[in-house]
Amino acid sequence: MKKLALALAVALVLALAACEREKRDFEPPQGNATAPTQRNSTIQPGQAIGAAPPSAPAMPTTAYTVENNAFALSQGKRLYRWYNCAACHAPGGGGDWGPPLSDATWIYGAEPQNIFLSIAQGRPNGMPSFGSHIPEDQIWQLVAYVRSLSGQVRADAAPSRADAISANKPENRREKETPVIRLPNDGAHNK
Amino acid sequence: MSNGPEQLQPPAPPRPPGNSVPATANESAALERTWRDPPGLYGFFAAINHKTISKRFMLATFGFFLAGGLIALLMRLQLARPLNGMVGPDLYNQLFSMHGTTMMFLFAVPVMQAVAVYLVPLMVGAKTVAFPRMNAYAYWVFLFGGLMLYGAFLLNIGPDAGWFSYPPLAGPEYGPGKRVDFWAQMITFTELSALLEAIVIITTVFKMRAPGMTLNRIPLFVWALLVTQFMVLFAMPAVMLGSTGLIMDRLIGTHFYNPAQNGDVLLWQHLFWFFGHPEVYLIFVPGLGFLSAIIPTFARRPMFGYTAMVLALISTGFLSFGLWVHHMFATNLPELGKSFFTAVSMLIAIPSAVQIFCWLATLGTGRLNFRTPLLFVLAFFFILVLGGLTGLMLASVPLDLQVHDTYFVVAHLHYVLIGGAVFPLVGAVYYWYPKFTGRMMDERLGRWQFWLFFIGFNVTFFPMHLLGMWGMPRRIYTYTQEMGWTSLNLLATVGAAVIGASVLLFIVNLWRSRTHGAPAPADPWGGGTLEWAIASPPPAGNFDAIPVVYGRDPVWEAHERDRSAPAGVSGLAVDAREQLITTVLDARPDHRYVFPEPSIWPFLAAVATTVLFIASIFTPWAVVWGAVPVATAVTIWFWPRRGETARHLSLEQSP
Amino acid sequence: MMDILSPAGPQAAHIRELWHVTVLLCTLVFAGVLSVLAYVLWKRPRAGEADTPDLAARGAPEAGPRRRVSAAVAASVLGLLFLIVASVVTDRALAHLSLKDALHVEVTANQWWWEARYDDPQASRVFTTANELHIPVGRPVIFTLRSNDVIHSLWVPQLAGKKDLIPGRTATLHVRADQAGSYRGQCAEFCGFQHAFMAFTVVAKPPAEYEAWAEHQRQPAAESGDARAVRGRELFLGTSCVMCHAVQGTSASARRGPDLTHLASRETLAAGTLPNKPDALKQWIRNPQQFKPGVNMPATNLPDSDLDALVAWLGSLQ
Repeated sequence: MKKLALALAVALVLALAACEREKRDFEPPQGNATAPTQRNSTIQPGQAIGAAPPSAPAMPTTAYTVENNAFALSQGKRLYRWYNCAACHAPGGGGDWGPPLSDATWIYGAEPQNIFLSIAQGRPNGMPSFGSHIPEDQIWQLVAYVRSLSGQVRADAAPSRADAISANKPENRREKETPVIRLPNDGAHNK
Repeated sequence: MSNGPEQLQPPAPPRPPGNSVPATANESAALERTWRDPPGLYGFFAAINHKTISKRFMLATFGFFLAGGLIALLMRLQLARPLNGMVGPDLYNQLFSMHGTTMMFLFAVPVMQAVAVYLVPLMVGAKTVAFPRMNAYAYWVFLFGGLMLYGAFLLNIGPDAGWFSYPPLAGPEYGPGKRVDFWAQMITFTELSALLEAIVIITTVFKMRAPGMTLNRIPLFVWALLVTQFMVLFAMPAVMLGSTGLIMDRLIGTHFYNPAQNGDVLLWQHLFWFFGHPEVYLIFVPGLGFLSAIIPTFARRPMFGYTAMVLALISTGFLSFGLWVHHMFATNLPELGKSFFTAVSMLIAIPSAVQIFCWLATLGTGRLNFRTPLLFVLAFFFILVLGGLTGLMLASVPLDLQVHDTYFVVAHLHYVLIGGAVFPLVGAVYYWYPKFTGRMMDERLGRWQFWLFFIGFNVTFFPMHLLGMWGMPRRIYTYTQEMGWTSLNLLATVGAAVIGASVLLFIVNLWRSRTHGAPAPADPWGGGTLEWAIASPPPAGNFDAIPVVYGRDPVWEAHERDRSAPAGVSGLAVDAREQLITTVLDARPDHRYVFPEPSIWPFLAAVATTVLFIASIFTPWAVVWGAVPVATAVTIWFWPRRGETARHLSLEQSP
Repeated sequence: MMDILSPAGPQAAHIRELWHVTVLLCTLVFAGVLSVLAYVLWKRPRAGEADTPDLAARGAPEAGPRRRVSAAVAASVLGLLFLIVASVVTDRALAHLSLKDALHVEVTANQWWWEARYDDPQASRVFTTANELHIPVGRPVIFTLRSNDVIHSLWVPQLAGKKDLIPGRTATLHVRADQAGSYRGQCAEFCGFQHAFMAFTVVAKPPAEYEAWAEHQRQPAAESGDARAVRGRELFLGTSCVMCHAVQGTSASARRGPDLTHLASRETLAAGTLPNKPDALKQWIRNPQQFKPGVNMPATNLPDSDLDALVAWLGSLQ
């Protein structure tokens, strides 16, 4: 009887994990705002519309729930390609003239909110400000994908290889890096 | 002291009593004890009697059939009205994928193997199947694979890329999550089960026939199943290879189907359809076998054109491997090559035509007994022939390019599969239910069920020909009013409800007849093949004495036997599972073999296999550590037992 | 509307001829088999389970049935050979469409819309549009077919049979429309969530009208002086639209979504899903998932006035 209960408990845990991983949620969040945000970069795709109010916060209005959702991670992977993140960060996140996303080093923090702000507000030295150009749910999908590049998400939800030429491991086979906050050692920042 | 050449051997232990012909009451009782499965919970998991396994197998496939049918009803409800909001695209994709997968992998092929496992030993005069424990293992593997798939479906991890899972849609980039992985692993389960069953059935037919049952005297039903099992051996590996490549692409990043790194999307289609086309013949050919079993009985004469029928079955089996590209006519393969497949796809109609004409000749020179089994078989001539003719249309490249991937194909495939396999299967259930259970099914309910099924089927699927011609593609979750498809879709849904009613009647009939059906004699229909020579239901060891066969319809010809010629085989042990093994061509007695006792290790090995397969969906390392329990279980399964070996040795006799 | 038996061009017409011949032959065969069966069921005597089976048939020559079965098989073989020949003849007819002075259109399928690039030897005359393909009547069109993601299939029943668009492969389809009109097509290979709503239209017009349309498509977007439209253009470039869509004549040149330069000249939106009316466009932009759940276009939840401005500008993109 106890063995049966244990087996059922294991099955329940696996089932709950599956529920989270396999949801395909198409409804956009209510507050999918595309209002102008605070920007830390003058670079934007398209063009700026008007100046943002002086201390406009750029906090997301919805929670981050897609970390272990396979559909969201695959959407994030598609958007990484579509919105040309690969141009600076390389297709596998290995970095080019933008810093690598697949290693342990995070300049502005590895937490989902940090990555959200990096994308939405932009960062100095070349990271464009995508806020109001990319809706919130898509930014969260990109956040989840970026975290998968360094193995932070569960392997069964992480995307596998793309239908493309690739030079590195698919995200679901990457080792989990331990995030460290520091500047990258690329010669430009001598610390 | 020298031991002279005439040193006496120690006296042989006394031989246990062998059976006589006919068997005495004591011998029958002893045989029953010897061949039956152990009782209780242990006995449930250790059972290896082929009839027990077959009944469980048939029940499991029937359960999957009902599940697949309910899913189809949901699909039809969704499509009954334009822009119906009952089911969204994600769920609808899972529904049609589950419907197709269930019917093709979990119902249509396994049910035929299940019926074969019951009937083939009876028809060839054997006490058991070859490899009874492997037979049990194959059943458990099938059951666990099917349950895994439905468990996944209930957890929102059901496959959603169709029953054919074309990459790149089913590939790692466009098929996120584990849905397609569960589908691909279900393939591994069911194909393993099917391959093992094929080996069991082929060996039974080749090596365990009653003496005198030359190849020329094998019942046509057995021929059909034999051809089918050879097709299984050649077709299943293709899909196993393909699905393994797909799992590897999705799990560890190989590039079989990745055009960017020299893979090919069409590789999947070739591998899948090289299996997929024979697959539909795996379903159709046993249906032909059912017809050849039922028609002679209800026409009161042996089949006309036996040799032509056998050759037709064999050539159908061969030709079915040369058709697969007709599923790929819309791709950019070379046009000349496609024409070759048009020709073969048309020519495979010839052996089927031969069979149909021979059946018509049998009916046309016989005296007809219009019982329910015959009704269902007669429906074949309407439904399958119509489906086969639309198949000829689809065989032509230009015509196919218009109706490929439309509801025309949906209509065609249901006409051939339901007309060619399901109607004969239902007829076969009515025909052999008395043999399996000892009770007759209700004739009146049977007729009601028949007409509901026949009318409901045509109302559902005939309009789909028109829908396809009017542009309705397959696998769409809804459509708009302007398309003009509304009324025919509604009609099809009504027809589906009628089919559902007929299935309900079937279930009622099956259930009630168990307790309320008229008790069945050994031969309620006046059939001629060997299964009608034994009691209904048969004893655990089928035949108390293995019969000796002198013709194609042994029960009909029994009175013709020369009194001095043997009626059966005597001398086999009654307290050991001894069976006579005969030669392949002429079924001359070759040697005696003692079959293994019931064992729980096939079940445990199946559990270990299930763990291996399911775990390897999530990590490739499972292939390594998961193999250990499987190897352990299989080793213990095959390890010789002292007691059994001693028994076998004591039964041996040199010629 | 999408009737395979209403051809508007030679390819579909050849197929319809083969269709008629085949259906006729198959109907005759079906009627024949059923008549024989009906006759047999009607005429043969009845029997019961206990009636002795007729074992004499085993050794009997049964010449009559043998002759009849052989004749039926022979007739079947002849019929099948005829069908094979008819099929091959039709195949050849389809392959022999004259391609003189053909128009070249490269169609690239995406989940769940169609991109059409009208090719031209002169690079400046090349233009791109989406979901609505105009072609000249009486002139052959060579469609070059590619896919950006999964397998799709291009099918316009009134003009030709279908052809799959397979990633990693380039297919071609030759078509000619001989009658002017609008012909609906739909994707015919299951391609994901919105396979059901991946339609397109082929509009065949007289050559002069086609040239006028093509010339207009080559022009960049018209500048609009209307204040609301100006605000709409500003929003287009300042919010998410610019990330995926191109409008020639502005800085928007992304290729992930349909080219919108001449959006207002099309009959439908979202690959044939919605009529091209301001109200529908506004609702589509606000939440595409409402009409095509699973589609890749995100929801743009701007305030009403902004959405009206955006729609006004898009409506000016004739």
